[in-house]
Amino acid sequence: MKLHLKIWRQKNANNPGGFEGYDLDDVSEDSSFLEMLDILNEQLVDKGQSPVAFDHDCREGICGMCSMMINGHAHGPEKATTACQLHMRHFKDGDTITIEPWRAKAFPVQKDLIVDRTAFDGIIQAGGFITARTGSAQDANLTPIGKEVADKAMDAAACIGCGACVAACPNGSAMLFSGAKVTHLNSLPQGKAERDRRVLSVVHAMDDAGFGNCTNYGECQEACPKEIKLDVIAKMNRDYALASVRSFFSKAG
Amino acid sequence: MEFNANIPEGPLDQKWTKHKTKIKLVNPANRRKYHVIIVGSGLAGGAAAASLAEMGYNVSCFCYQDSPRRAHSIAAQGGINASKNYQNDGDSTFRLFYDTVKGGDFRSREANVYRLAEVSGNIIDQCVAQGVPFAREYGGLLANRSFGGAQVSRTFYARGQTGQQLLLGAYQQLSRQIGLGQVKMYNRHEMLDVVLVDGHAKGIITRNLVDGKIERFAGDCVILATGGYGNAFFLSTNAQGCNVTAAFRAYRRGAGFANPCYTQIHPTCIPVHGDQQSKLTLMSESLRNDGRVWAPKDRETAKKIREGKMHPGDVPEDERDYYLERKYPSFGNLAPRDISSRAAKEACDDGRGIASTGLGVFLDFRDAIQRFGKDTIAERYGNLFDMYNRITGDDPYTTPMMIYPAVHYTMGGLWVDYNLESNLPGLFVAGEANFSDHGANRLGASALMQGLADGYFVLPYTVGNYLGTQGLAAAGKVTTDAPEFEQAESDVRAKIDKLLSIQGTESPRSFHKRLGDITWSKCGMARDKAGLEQAIVEIQALKKEFWENVKVVGDANEINQELERAGRVADFMDFGELMCRDALMREESCGGHFRVEHQYTEEDEIVQSGYLSPGEAKRHDDEFGFVGIWKFEGEDQVPSLHKEMLEYEEVKFATRSYK
Repeated sequence: MKLHLKIWRQKNANNPGGFEGYDLDDVSEDSSFLEMLDILNEQLVDKGQSPVAFDHDCREGICGMCSMMINGHAHGPEKATTACQLHMRHFKDGDTITIEPWRAKAFPVQKDLIVDRTAFDGIIQAGGFITARTGSAQDANLTPIGKEVADKAMDAAACIGCGACVAACPNGSAMLFSGAKVTHLNSLPQGKAERDRRVLSVVHAMDDAGFGNCTNYGECQEACPKEIKLDVIAKMNRDYALASVRSFFSKAG
Repeated sequence: MEFNANIPEGPLDQKWTKHKTKIKLVNPANRRKYHVIIVGSGLAGGAAAASLAEMGYNVSCFCYQDSPRRAHSIAAQGGINASKNYQNDGDSTFRLFYDTVKGGDFRSREANVYRLAEVSGNIIDQCVAQGVPFAREYGGLLANRSFGGAQVSRTFYARGQTGQQLLLGAYQQLSRQIGLGQVKMYNRHEMLDVVLVDGHAKGIITRNLVDGKIERFAGDCVILATGGYGNAFFLSTNAQGCNVTAAFRAYRRGAGFANPCYTQIHPTCIPVHGDQQSKLTLMSESLRNDGRVWAPKDRETAKKIREGKMHPGDVPEDERDYYLERKYPSFGNLAPRDISSRAAKEACDDGRGIASTGLGVFLDFRDAIQRFGKDTIAERYGNLFDMYNRITGDDPYTTPMMIYPAVHYTMGGLWVDYNLESNLPGLFVAGEANFSDHGANRLGASALMQGLADGYFVLPYTVGNYLGTQGLAAAGKVTTDAPEFEQAESDVRAKIDKLLSIQGTESPRSFHKRLGDITWSKCGMARDKAGLEQAIVEIQALKKEFWENVKVVGDANEINQELERAGRVADFMDFGELMCRDALMREESCGGHFRVEHQYTEEDEIVQSGYLSPGEAKRHDDEFGFVGIWKFEGEDQVPSLHKEMLEYEEVKFATRSYK
């Protein structure tokens, strides 16, 4: 198939970027979207031009590294599909495809389609864990956990940290990402001891990193390649409210 | 002796316990005086970084991705083994140990494997405490599934995303230590050399992948947890960035490289679709719990399916060859990976392959869907079926999956002793990057187990032993002003300058692909003497061409993915030659290493007796019951071969039969 690509090119964080157009022939329908970009890059290298820089690694939809807006959709038009798992058979011969980086205050562009997502790591470092010293664990079957609870925790834990939720949100909010981690850990009995500390720290870290607030657009849920639901945000809000109240009264003595 | 495995004395089941009571410790108040450098943030590296930091050591951790959470451990699907015996089906430490040694075709080190089995249960406990959401039964207890090469159900799993959940568990523990300031994390940094001072590993040289800055880091020891070298074949199930550079740089500095020819070809990957392809996608081995593998009995039928003139569902039952069930009735579809892969190749070589290329067989869920219903199968494998559908456009609920073997895991790696320390003192190697636990073939769900065993339960002891032995006076003594750092940095810079200065006509990716064509066709699923000799010559010629004609665009001081790839491909070429050399040296077949000259035939008594089928791998224990360790002898020189003899105290060498 033949394609016309409009791709965001930006030399580095300090230079302004802009769109450039490229024509590409002979793309197989069985190729993945990133393989299509590989073909473009090989042609650019052939001409001695700078290839399009983009983040990618596992190419099987699990590492969360690939990150691009395709025709205005985070990871492209297919539901529950990362850019690396999107295949060209979903496009038509002659299509024009627009490709941009994630755009959010907390995710500055580093080059072309590559952005800096370390703000996500900061949220996890603040509270996205259960303190469990290596070697101190009890037998794994000592605390039974109902299948429903375990399944709910797993649904939230499926997040791959790609940042599509932030990119899709008009406010650049990280509520879906943070809510998923809080829901995963706060739902489990192992996570109970640190429940309040966790949610307070996560929310503060999120605010400090420059992510926006949630105003219930719901775009994040639509964009999420792992189909994380808005419920996780509700759960985090609930836990945050309770933790704030408890924290207030415990300080009051 | 340079390659002394340092296996502790005493009975197998007491070695580790006794060793732990004897090795040196570092006082908690003194641990902060030591700096540990860890390269890689996957299961082994991440777990080691978190555990060592928790103990009080200062840790620096490096990864090439934008976050430690992206390490390729994340892509493991099926599960993690542990001999908990929660199923009451006869599992034990010994049985897990024995299955692993047998699965590895008697080419692994007995004492290491026993320790692996011994700590396997602790891993599950640890992960559950961290909040890893393993699958559970309605009563709230942990669920298990079966994996290849075992007759017990000992695999713990989190849907089809077990690797992801275990990695995120380790990542969260690591993140906690980063937040506490105990670990300094360096994302988007690639290690380009290891620095030896007085023969000890005391630091690394890295390139910052964002601004191109070359940096020196000094420490009291270095841990490499940098994964495997599957991308030496270009197409593999590895992530695009996976590379051999860190391990190969250590090899060039004198570390022994053990068994590079032991590569695992995974039987259930989605077949290759065309020459624009960049990677192969694995379909979890867990699918073989319920899926049945078959090829048409008749070549004509296969041809009709290939040409799209016949739907596979229309092939009558008696015209299907369920070849694994036929050849290995007691293990059936759960025969080990090396055996299943070769059986698929055999069917395709016989002209009975499907898929448009003729390189594919079916993995069929028809019977399982009839027996359990579509909903149950969807609950077990839904995400894998969806992934298959996204990639191929076919619906596996109605059309059988097509699969073909692909490069997946590499059992070979840097040589380590019982303490996971290489022959270079202070250089530790963990996870897939080392060689010790899987012999010539790894069983499913054992990679996650080994990575976490090394990171959580072995290195925290053995690193302390090394540091304690060096003494407090040595702590922090080496700094980056040492001349060895100067030298290593200038070597790294020279190589980058050279790559950028050639300005030829062919891209690094193109060279990589050509290398993959050589390694896959001549050092892939079946190898022979003539082919390997030719491969070495071809790789040498390719390497020469590369250094004369590679075209790397862009600069050194910016994000430059072409430069990154060029450096990795250069090392893959040198490494590919070493891999072929090892395969040529090993005049036997074992596990994933299959030399066509060495297989059982109708003339062998063991085949006539019905114990084995013809075509099975033929080992030569008397001649090749050793670990083949290669040492670098200089640029363009033939490396020297050293041997660690494998001595089995508990297990006896036996010919594997999964019949």
